[in-house]
Amino acid sequence: MSDKIFDVDHVTLRFGGVVSLNDVTLHQERGEILAVIGPNGAGKTSLFNSLTGVYQPQEGTITFQGSDAKPMSVIGKKPHRVSAAGVARTFQASRMFSALTAFENIKIGAESHRGIGVAGAMLRGPKTRRDERTSDARTVELLDFVGLRAKANVISSSLSYGDRRRLEIARGLATGPQVLLLDEPAAGTNPSEKLELTTLIRKVRDEMGVSILLIEHDMKLVMSLAERLYVLNFGSVIAQGTPEEIRANEKVIEAYLGSTATETGDRS
Amino acid sequence: MKRIFASAHVKRLFSALAALAILELMTGPPGSALTPTAGFTGSFGEASSFFGIFRTQRWVVFLFLALAMYAIWSAWLMWGTQVRAATAKAVSVPRAASRTRPVRWGMAVAVLAVALLLPHLITDPFWQAAMVEQIAVYVLLALGLNVVVGFAGLLDLGFVAFYAIGAYTTAWVTGALPTAAPFGIHFNNFYAIPIAIALAMGSGIILGAPTLRLRGDYLAIVTLGFGEIITIFANNLYGITGGSQGTNTIPHFSLHVGPIKYLWGLTPVPYYYLTIVFVILFIAGFKLLEHSRVGRAWTAIREDEVAAESVGINPLKYKVMAFAIGASTAGFAGVVTASQSNTIFPSSFTLQFSINILVLVIFGGMGSITGVVLGAIVIQTGSMYLLHTPPAGYQPQDLYIYLGALLVVMMIFRPAGLVPSRRRHREIGLAEKGEGHMNEVLTGDTP
Repeated sequence: MSDKIFDVDHVTLRFGGVVSLNDVTLHQERGEILAVIGPNGAGKTSLFNSLTGVYQPQEGTITFQGSDAKPMSVIGKKPHRVSAAGVARTFQASRMFSALTAFENIKIGAESHRGIGVAGAMLRGPKTRRDERTSDARTVELLDFVGLRAKANVISSSLSYGDRRRLEIARGLATGPQVLLLDEPAAGTNPSEKLELTTLIRKVRDEMGVSILLIEHDMKLVMSLAERLYVLNFGSVIAQGTPEEIRANEKVIEAYLGSTATETGDRS
Repeated sequence: MKRIFASAHVKRLFSALAALAILELMTGPPGSALTPTAGFTGSFGEASSFFGIFRTQRWVVFLFLALAMYAIWSAWLMWGTQVRAATAKAVSVPRAASRTRPVRWGMAVAVLAVALLLPHLITDPFWQAAMVEQIAVYVLLALGLNVVVGFAGLLDLGFVAFYAIGAYTTAWVTGALPTAAPFGIHFNNFYAIPIAIALAMGSGIILGAPTLRLRGDYLAIVTLGFGEIITIFANNLYGITGGSQGTNTIPHFSLHVGPIKYLWGLTPVPYYYLTIVFVILFIAGFKLLEHSRVGRAWTAIREDEVAAESVGINPLKYKVMAFAIGASTAGFAGVVTASQSNTIFPSSFTLQFSINILVLVIFGGMGSITGVVLGAIVIQTGSMYLLHTPPAGYQPQDLYIYLGALLVVMMIFRPAGLVPSRRRHREIGLAEKGEGHMNEVLTGDTP
């Protein structure tokens, strides 16, 4: 009996006449590092947006199964509800709260799932103070975890690309997720940052037990990190398997990797 | 010839002349068909007035002013960077000191002491009344609108509606309206405070819950409509609100506890203290709110709603909350105004009023509590001064020309306001560099 954290069943997403996801069926095992690859416009980000409640697919079902909770149907839920259930994400072009410090960015994630208390906030009662302390401690922990402790009070817009990526991961982790969705985490980073990022992502899974779902263009990173891959093309899943199987798959070579297939994983 | 006009010096000189010519027309006597050039050819006041020394034709004075402006401008371009660096260096130590906790508390206590002593220092009845009706109440309103516009980044053009709800609730609770007071009892004004706050907050939630899904311009239009609806209701529901004549029988605040009997309203001073107490409470509450989880969530939504949702913030809930808090502040301000003046009528609750409050917030610095309080005090005091002691040639309707000009100048030189909020200041800086995902409150936001 497999333990599926995400179960996407025959999902179709349309925008007017444009079919963005076409009868997509895939699943992620708990604790797995799963990657979704595919050329530009294949529907990868649409898939992420459907998994997090930003888009509402017209057909099919998406089931998220947290470790102890009842399975939740994602379609029809608002993004903040999906986040509360245990799904965190990062964005393709990193979306920080750019006028806030690294610390504040993470803290917003750490405290977002507690009940709001305007009265508590205005009076600053003991519960509010205790909550603040808990969030502060959690934030510092995460800053350490991603290696940004020294930059805690830097305004996030003045961080480097690599640091922003790590900050975004920390902000997502702060919400206490079961699964972390990473949308092209390596975009715009340099080779040494890429290496650090690979280590960090693996650390997130190994030390925090958070499953990872990854979209990435950088083949070297995907092939070294992912345990299983799905390949999307024109909104449909055209292949799935281990990195070795994908490398050898004729359809993938034709659709996605094209003539540079031989270079994949070795020199790209 | 072409080369002469291309010269930066000539451009500057002509700009200075044009700016002062506009100012000359703005401040000039009202024009008429017979004397279309009165703004230029008129003379300055009487020999006994301040401008007596310039008892000459206006254009001569303005020509000198234009030349002075040109000279200062040129000097600033030449030495401005040095001057700026020197001042920055000079103020860096006091500025750093002003951020430490004891200094901040000391300053707050000093400001508080001045505020408490003020009615004894200023005994002119006009100013005593103005301090309550035109300054303290407007400070409250600006504080409330700042939560909506400054903290949550929502453009509300119907703020007057909640103020009207507060005022009419006071009249209703105290039995001053044609409609019966609740349970047939004419309550003391103090009971109107919680009821007005609750009603204003409730109407804020009722208006906010469906409309805050809208963004930017759309929200502004819906709130504008709501402001109009409330005014029209007040005007047309004759049997309930007293129609266009409103009511003038609202009692003053009064206190009857055992042997203590106290009636507000003999002079404006007791009202001043009553309002100041609430201003302090609101400032303290909003300061804590700004630096709490709620304040951070508002900032997150303002900067990037999609990212905020992805970390589990429900934007609608927080926006409705901001709306309700702003509304209840306005509702309270309505109670004070209605009780203090004993009178309300629909024509005082206009769109113009909402815009005035918005001007105070923008001028003072959106999102900065110190800024909006200072902004409200500066603008309202200035307006009252012009009303009380108008300079020669000043007409009451000229006020908006000056306010408009002031805002234009502010937007050019200090777009984040008089005392900018640090977060807002950064956002504007980032937006100018084309970075960040700022929800531009005043120009509509990006979807």
